[in-house]
Amino acid sequence: MPSRTVSHGSSGRLRGLFLVMVLVFLESSVFTLAFASSDQHSPTTAHSDGHKATDHGSHNNTGKAFPVLDLNYENVRVPFEISLWVLLASLMKLGFHLVPHLSNIVPESCLLIVVGLLVGGIIRGTGETVPPVLDSKLFFYILLPPIILDAGYFLPIRPFMENLGTILIFAVVGTLWNAFFVGGLLYGVCQIGTESSSILSRIGLLQCLLFGSIISAVDPVAVLAVFEEIHINELLHILVFGESLLNDAVTVVLYHLFEEFSGIGTVTLVKGFLGVISFFVVALGGVLVGVLYGILAAFTSRFTSHTRVIEPLFVFLYSYMAYLSAEIFHLSGIMALIACGAVMRPYVEANISHKSHTTIKYFLKMWSSVSETLIFIFLGVATVAGPHDWNWTFVTVTVILCLVARVIGVVGLTFIINKFRIVKLTTKDQFIIAYGGLRGAIAFSLGFLLEKDHFPEREIFLTAIITVIFFTVFVQGMTIKPLVELLAVKKKQEAKRSINEEIHTQFLDHLLTGIEDICGHYGHHHWKDKLNRFNKKYVKKCLIAGERSKEPQLIAFYHKMEMKQAIQLVESGGGIKLPSAMPSTVSMQNIQPRPPTKPAAERAIPQLSKTKEEEIRKILRTNLQRTRQRLRSYNRHTLVADPYEDGLSDLFLKKQKMFQIEKKLKEMNTYLTVPAPPPDSPTMCRARLASDPQAYSIKPALNKVPMIQVDLASPQSPDSVNLLDEFGQANQQEEEEQGLMMKPPSRPREGKKPGEEDEAKDQQKLMRCLSDPGPSADEDEDGAFLP
Amino acid sequence: MGASQTRLEHNYDDLTEKSGFSHEQIKNLYQRFQQLSGNNEKISRDDLERIPALNNNPIRKQIITAFFDKRNQHQNDVGSLDEIGFEQFLMVMSHFRPVNSKATEEEKATVRKQKLRFLFNMHDTDNDGIITLDEYRTVVEELLSQSGAIETEVARAIADAAMLEVASTNVPHMAPDDFYEGITFEHFEQILKGIEMESRMHIRFLDKNAATMRCGKLSS
Repeated sequence: MPSRTVSHGSSGRLRGLFLVMVLVFLESSVFTLAFASSDQHSPTTAHSDGHKATDHGSHNNTGKAFPVLDLNYENVRVPFEISLWVLLASLMKLGFHLVPHLSNIVPESCLLIVVGLLVGGIIRGTGETVPPVLDSKLFFYILLPPIILDAGYFLPIRPFMENLGTILIFAVVGTLWNAFFVGGLLYGVCQIGTESSSILSRIGLLQCLLFGSIISAVDPVAVLAVFEEIHINELLHILVFGESLLNDAVTVVLYHLFEEFSGIGTVTLVKGFLGVISFFVVALGGVLVGVLYGILAAFTSRFTSHTRVIEPLFVFLYSYMAYLSAEIFHLSGIMALIACGAVMRPYVEANISHKSHTTIKYFLKMWSSVSETLIFIFLGVATVAGPHDWNWTFVTVTVILCLVARVIGVVGLTFIINKFRIVKLTTKDQFIIAYGGLRGAIAFSLGFLLEKDHFPEREIFLTAIITVIFFTVFVQGMTIKPLVELLAVKKKQEAKRSINEEIHTQFLDHLLTGIEDICGHYGHHHWKDKLNRFNKKYVKKCLIAGERSKEPQLIAFYHKMEMKQAIQLVESGGGIKLPSAMPSTVSMQNIQPRPPTKPAAERAIPQLSKTKEEEIRKILRTNLQRTRQRLRSYNRHTLVADPYEDGLSDLFLKKQKMFQIEKKLKEMNTYLTVPAPPPDSPTMCRARLASDPQAYSIKPALNKVPMIQVDLASPQSPDSVNLLDEFGQANQQEEEEQGLMMKPPSRPREGKKPGEEDEAKDQQKLMRCLSDPGPSADEDEDGAFLP
Repeated sequence: MGASQTRLEHNYDDLTEKSGFSHEQIKNLYQRFQQLSGNNEKISRDDLERIPALNNNPIRKQIITAFFDKRNQHQNDVGSLDEIGFEQFLMVMSHFRPVNSKATEEEKATVRKQKLRFLFNMHDTDNDGIITLDEYRTVVEELLSQSGAIETEVARAIADAAMLEVASTNVPHMAPDDFYEGITFEHFEQILKGIEMESRMHIRFLDKNAATMRCGKLSS
């Protein structure tokens, strides 16, 4: 933030001003909403009459004055209110991060619920009825899908698949256990613990079970909101999060099952059996629908090379359609959405432009963020709206039972799961998993959907649900961060995936597959390998356009890395000093094998002293703007202010020195990777770019001393540097000669041809890369479907 | 078969001690060994090369060589064998046992080192203790060998980039004239820190009866 350097006083005042503005806005918006909701009843009919009257009036021209300024709120009411809510949510989000230290202590979700409570309270305080904002339809069709799509699209496939068994057991068996435990015991408590005339005793077993099934599902929205901020290690994150996603199928089935049973009143064994079958149908059907739409999306993206602008739209539309289609058949929409996002991602990303990729990323993040904020605010408002029926026994028993059920479930299941896992789950892990089982708005919406006539105890249920949600979000949400610190749970590793790790991961995969084959044992790796090969052979050819379909994953990874580096370089105008962990002075020259010593005759050339040589090499390097930057931990020379930098007169000096150097270097293949130049003004950068040797041609070697002819005085003026060309040249050169190599003269001619073929590919690559880079790169790492 | 069977049973304890497999697992592996060797006492390279499932594996040569590499026998020999017996087969397989979760940190570190050593030996074909640039290039080329016509330039570029990364991580400040000989074992350990080798590099050896083992069809 640039304001840091400004004196604290002024930035503090600015913040204060902003917060005041937000509060004023908040008040006014609340009043408008309240006013609007009460307005809807009375004046509408009068308005329409009035309109008709004026229409007639205009024909007759009764001399009514022409309204210069007219108030017509009704037309824009609905969009206006929606926009107001969204704006409110976004301003709140802004506001939280401006208040110092608040976001560290209290998770955002809590703050948002409090805001919702405030808003609801204010509306109620002004005597108006609180609008029923958390309408189930709105929630399930508008607010929830973006969050789930965001989660599914960026789901880290590899850890998810590796732990799929564990996740499924937690999701299915764990949720079932929770539902029956809570429902059953609650029924018992209601029957036994209270007098027979109280309302509680009238709650039937099925209703209790239904309640249990609603309240037992871990909520993905809440989990995401809280776990985002605590940065625990990948394994735990994927376990809890995966569970919260997959238990949707169980919840859907149980909900419909019990709802139907309690409607009809009789339960038969056949119906129970059908229930079990319907579970599989719901889950697998949802996944199937998602996969279908995912493949469609991938296939469509193959043809979008001419209409890049609407690429993101396809991703969103197909995913949403998958969700809605699943909902038509009462299948699990969440699973459909996840499957769609996860399936289409590797293929779509290979096809779309870089800008579209960024767009998709940003849009998904934006929508899911807004959705999440709105959900929590609405939860707060809905709490105030009621209707409530507080029953001490019911509520406290529910809360306690939920906690107990969760703990017992996790511990019990882990005991069984650990028998099958290699990396066992420790007690700490179990604690975090149990503690991270947050409930959220899905439970509330499901409760809201219950019909009053079938469920007279609906309000009790809703109150209890809200209490549980509040408890989990506030108490567990706030304390999980200090607990994680206290228990020293492993945190997420921030390190980027290095190319060595990538190479060895692939190597290991093949090695283990090979060993399994030698053992004759068709294990995990064997099937994964088979699937990969199937994917490569058939699926990729269908779904990925052009050349990219044949690209092996290692190369794709490498290119992605290079692209990132190139983009960063361009973005910073070449003037960044990358925060490299280890600025090292290692360059390619250090690792290339030494050439054999030359005979004495060729050593007659005057030797430069070592320091001079080093200086000159530095000049060479700083002047060569190559777009191929290696990884950050690579060669970054600490930047010395080059004494030879300024002035064209020194160009001549440089040229001379360069010739001397080339004689010295002889046949060494020298990669001259370019370090980040010193932070300079853009004009200096451009000047340097202009003076770049744009083309390297090799003079015919007369006496086997290849020389580089360096074209220093380039005709281009600084301002007309065409970066695209630079890239094109650089990439072309890259393709044909992989670095600044001094080759015998015959090569460049032939080298041009493969270079040109690749040019089309390069242009595509260039088109894809020249854009603003996306947000944090840590979601980019998973390239393939099954890496 | 009877005589060799009883002889083998006497050796079970011995083998268990050396390799760490349970009796059941050794029995299963012995059955597999018999199948591969065609009931002989020793397996040759051809026997392993005949396994059809290995044909799709880009690094099958290295894998097969690893079996015949003396360095993987936990003794300090070097060189390669032409045939291996069951005990040696077992020793190689023992590198892929999962680490016991109740093991101490020290034991885990030892296991990890062992597994990394196996990998290192696979790369370091001339056994000079370092992985040179050429050897690394070969590794990458082999990895990409099954992916159709890959330009060797790209493979080389990747290997060079990887090597550069190792060098810069481990020896950050080299003078321009210094030469980084190659990846030593310590550097190798360092760069693969991020991958939890002790938990990644394993396969599940079955305890149950051979009924669950399906073997690839061998031509013999």
